[in-house]
Parts: sequence; structure tokens; C-alpha cells
Amino acid sequence: MNLLAIIGRVVLNTLQETGRLSLFTWHAVSHCFRPPTFGRLVLAQMMRIGYFSLPVVALTTFFTGGVLALQIYYGGSQFNSESIVATIVALGITRELGPVMAGLMIAGRVSAAIAAELGTMRVTEQIDALTTLSTNPYKYLVAPRLIAAVLTLPLLVFIADVIGVFGGYVIGTQTLGFNSGVYIKTTADFLELDDITSGMIKSSVFGFIIALMGCYHGFNSKGGAQGVGRATTNAVVMSSILILASNYLMTSLFFSS
Amino acid sequence: MAPSLFRRNKRQEPMTDSKIILTDVHKRFGSKKVLNGINLSVPAGESLVVIGGSGTGKSVMLKCILGIIRPTSGSIKVDDIEVTKLTGRAQEKVLHKFGMLFQGGALFDSLRVWENVAFGLIQGQGMNRKDAKEVAILKLAKVGLSPDVGQLYPAELSGGMQKRVGLARAIATDPEIIFFDEPTTGLDPIMADVINDLIVESVKDLGATALSITHDMASARKIADNIAMIHKGEILWQGTKDDVDHSGNEYVDQFINGRADGPIQMDVRKL
Ligand SMILES: Nc1ncnc2c1ncn2[C@@H]1O[C@H](COP(=O)(O)OP(=O)(O)OP(=O)(O)O)[C@@H](O)[C@H]1O
Ligand SMILES: [Mg+2]
Repeated sequence: MNLLAIIGRVVLNTLQETGRLSLFTWHAVSHCFRPPTFGRLVLAQMMRIGYFSLPVVALTTFFTGGVLALQIYYGGSQFNSESIVATIVALGITRELGPVMAGLMIAGRVSAAIAAELGTMRVTEQIDALTTLSTNPYKYLVAPRLIAAVLTLPLLVFIADVIGVFGGYVIGTQTLGFNSGVYIKTTADFLELDDITSGMIKSSVFGFIIALMGCYHGFNSKGGAQGVGRATTNAVVMSSILILASNYLMTSLFFSS
Repeated sequence: MAPSLFRRNKRQEPMTDSKIILTDVHKRFGSKKVLNGINLSVPAGESLVVIGGSGTGKSVMLKCILGIIRPTSGSIKVDDIEVTKLTGRAQEKVLHKFGMLFQGGALFDSLRVWENVAFGLIQGQGMNRKDAKEVAILKLAKVGLSPDVGQLYPAELSGGMQKRVGLARAIATDPEIIFFDEPTTGLDPIMADVINDLIVESVKDLGATALSITHDMASARKIADNIAMIHKGEILWQGTKDDVDHSGNEYVDQFINGRADGPIQMDVRKL
């Protein structure tokens, strides 16, 4: 009896939460397409999300590229390793590790920041104040962040790809003693445009998830500083999980044929 | 408690045109009942002050009228338009009529003080930034703040200064209806009186309709044409400010005289 009640409550809560999130997503997305769009706000958010995330993303993917090169070299057969390392680093970074590592790092940075900012605005009634000043909070707060994240993440990930491949190259040529020319030629030969674009499409989706989760949890936070803290944690955890899950889905879609 | 305790005043029937009419408005948060059938009308061009104890639902009532909180049931009309079901553009159009001073200020902490005051002009009315800034500085002067305060951020102001900026923001667009949620709390008595004058002026000069909430009886007497008393989510009494001293309602008497003993019991335990 008690157990049933608990199960019932969990199911109801899940349904309610899903419904609320769907409604929020619908509002948020529809306001991205309805004029007027606040161009200035979008640019400001692109600056915050993109430009200031560059160092974090660059460092992360550089070391990822490097460690990938090392593992393939030590783990695989060392015969013909030169071309195998270059190929796997290039494909691994552009298809999976670049977008996912960058996505996760930015989820930690940006999703948290958005949730904290909007959460504080919620609990101090600033979002209510927006409404009374005839400004739609979805339009003013949510839409610019969504648009900015969806546009910025692919650019960030493109840079991340370059730096990640470069990381593999540095370790390959400096530590493992590969020939620089051969490494570059192999990379160029095996890498196709599709590998890069698929990663960028993925990252656009990740950007959407990151901004959406930040905004959603921030918007719905309640109960003062503790509530804002909870919203921040939830935003990061949820966006990380959704990034990994959607990455799996998209990989199985893009590369199934 | 029996409803017959609450002697309803005959003045409930609006004498002038009513700008806002609340009929049997209920609001629950989960199982917690906050508003229990509010009936209230705010006459156009007059100033109504709602008094009542802490936690009796005053702020929730204002937010219901603004559509920030949706009432559980009941009807709210602004200029004869039912606002409880409005969304989107239609709601925005109604909100254009309002200015609101929030109890906690609710200033945008990422914007400078003048941008806060000018927000409704720039975002809501599409005024250009330069003109809006001039209006903002004028409104700041009205609440006793100098132009250089306009360059600061809200976090750099004292509590009372934040309140005054909130007030300047509420009146910046010269709205038809202004809500003041505890306009004088946190201000020194002199500044409180300046603010009282400002509210009176806004109503008299601009012809605005004002709905204010306060605990401060001195302020209520100064800014009110009419006074209503709210208790446990119901309006117990409504009348003119001169009637408030001989309302014949023991709740009102206890409140305006600030007595601890009476029908209103505070849930406190003796040490
Ligand atoms: N969003 C909310 N969720 C749940 N309960 C709420 C919410 N907002 C207000 N309440 C509850 O409603 C009651 C009335 O709150 P309200 O803010 O209207 O009080 P008030 O009359 O303005 O008091 P004060 O004079 O102290 O400002 C309180 O008991 C509060 O706990
Ligand atoms: Mg209040």
C-alpha cells in the first residue's frame, strides 16, 4: 500500500515535470522565432558563452587529443602506429571527443551560470518585475541565451577540433617521435568534411540543451539561496546527462549507414 | 470562525467607476489557502490602501491582479476586462497600464540604476536610450536621488535608496494604475513622508489609480482616500479613511491601535 503510494507519487511527479519542461521548451523556442528579437542581448550572450569559454575548451581538448595519441600508441600494435594514431586522433576528436568534451565543460560553466543568474532573478522577484514592465521574460531572458548557445557551440567545437588534433600532433611528434609531415598528411587524407560537420551539428544540439536546462532550472527555482544552489546543480547534472544521451542517439543516427 | 463576525461595509458597492474589481478571488498554494474569497473594488482615480497583518496575503493579491500569480478561482477585472485568463499580447497590453513597486525592490542587479528606471520606457515603449535616460534622471530626482546615483548598480545602494529607485521605476512610464507594496518600510520618517507626498502627487496630478499596501498607519492616513483591511485572505472592512477610526470593526480597531490583544492572534509562544 505504502509502496504503491510511493510509486504513484514518483510517476505523477515525473509526468508533471516532463509536462512542465515540454511547455517551457515550447514557450522558449517559439519566442526565439517571434519578433522582436533582441540582437544586442544575443551578442552579449554569445560573448559570455563563447568567448569566455575558449580557454577552458582549448585546454580540455588539447589534453584529450594528447592522451588519445598516447593510449592508441601504447595500447595498439606499435607497427604502423604513425598512421593509425593520426587517423584515430582526428576521427575521435572531430566525431566524438571534441563536441562531447567541449559540451560537458560548457555545461559545467554556462548551464550553471545561467541557472544561478535566472534563479537569483526569480527568487528576488526580478522576473516578476520584468513582466510588470511589459517585457516577456521568455523573450528577454530565455530566447537570447538559447539562440546564442545554439550558434556559438559549433564555432567553439570547430576550434576545439583544431586544438584537439593539434594536441595529438604535438604528443605524436614530440613524445612518440613521429614524422611531422607524415602525421599531417595522414590526418588530412582520412578526415572528411562529414566528420567535422556531424560534430558541429551535435554541438548545436548540446548548446540547446545547455541553455535550456540552465534557463528551465533557473526559472523554476524557489526558496532563496538554497533553491538557487539546487537549481544550479540540477542544471549541470541534467544537461550533462542529456548531452551524453543525445550524443549516443545522434551517433547511431549519423553513422548507422 | 463565523462569517457574520465580519461586518461588511455598505461602501463595497462602488460609488464611482471601478478601475479594478475583484470578485470572490481564491488562491491556494498546495493545501495552503492564502486568499479566501477576496471582494474588493478600486475606484478610478482614487487611492486605496490595504492594511493587514504580515502573511495575510496582501502581496499575493497584488500579484494575482498583475497576472504574475494565477488565482485558483474568482474573477478579476481591470477596466472591465477579465484578466485572470489573459496570456501573451493581450496580457502585455493590460500590463502597460500598470506600475508596480515590489516589496523587496526587485531591481535588476545587472543594470545600472538609471537603466532600471528607464527599463519600461526602453523595452516596453521603445523609447530611445538617450531620451529615456533623461526621463529616468527626472524621476530619480523626484524620489530624492541625484543623477550620479543613476550611474551606480543597485547592489551599491542602501536599502532605502533601493526602495526609492523601485518607486522611480514604478512611476517612470506614468502608468494609469500604480501598485505600491509597502512603499515606506525601511525609510526614515522624513523620507517616508516625502514618498507619501510623491504618491499623493502621482494620484492627484497624473490622475492615476493607486493601490497600496502598508503597515504604516501614518502613511495610510496620508495617502489613502479609502482603506480596506485584509485578514486571513479576506477583506473584513472597507471604507473611507475618516471612517477608519470609528469603523465599529474590532479587527480594524486592534490593527490601527497596534494592540497585541484582540481578535487577531499572532501565532507566537511566550518565552
Ligand atoms: N509562491 C508562493 N508559494 C507558496 N506560498 C506562498 C507563495 N507566495 C506567498 N505564499 C504564502 O502566502 C502567504 C501570504 O503571503 P504574502 O506575501 O501575500 O503576505 P503579505 O500579506 O504580503 O505579508 P507581509 O506584510 O509580511 O509582506 C504567506 O503565508 C506565504 O507563505
Ligand atoms: Mg507582502
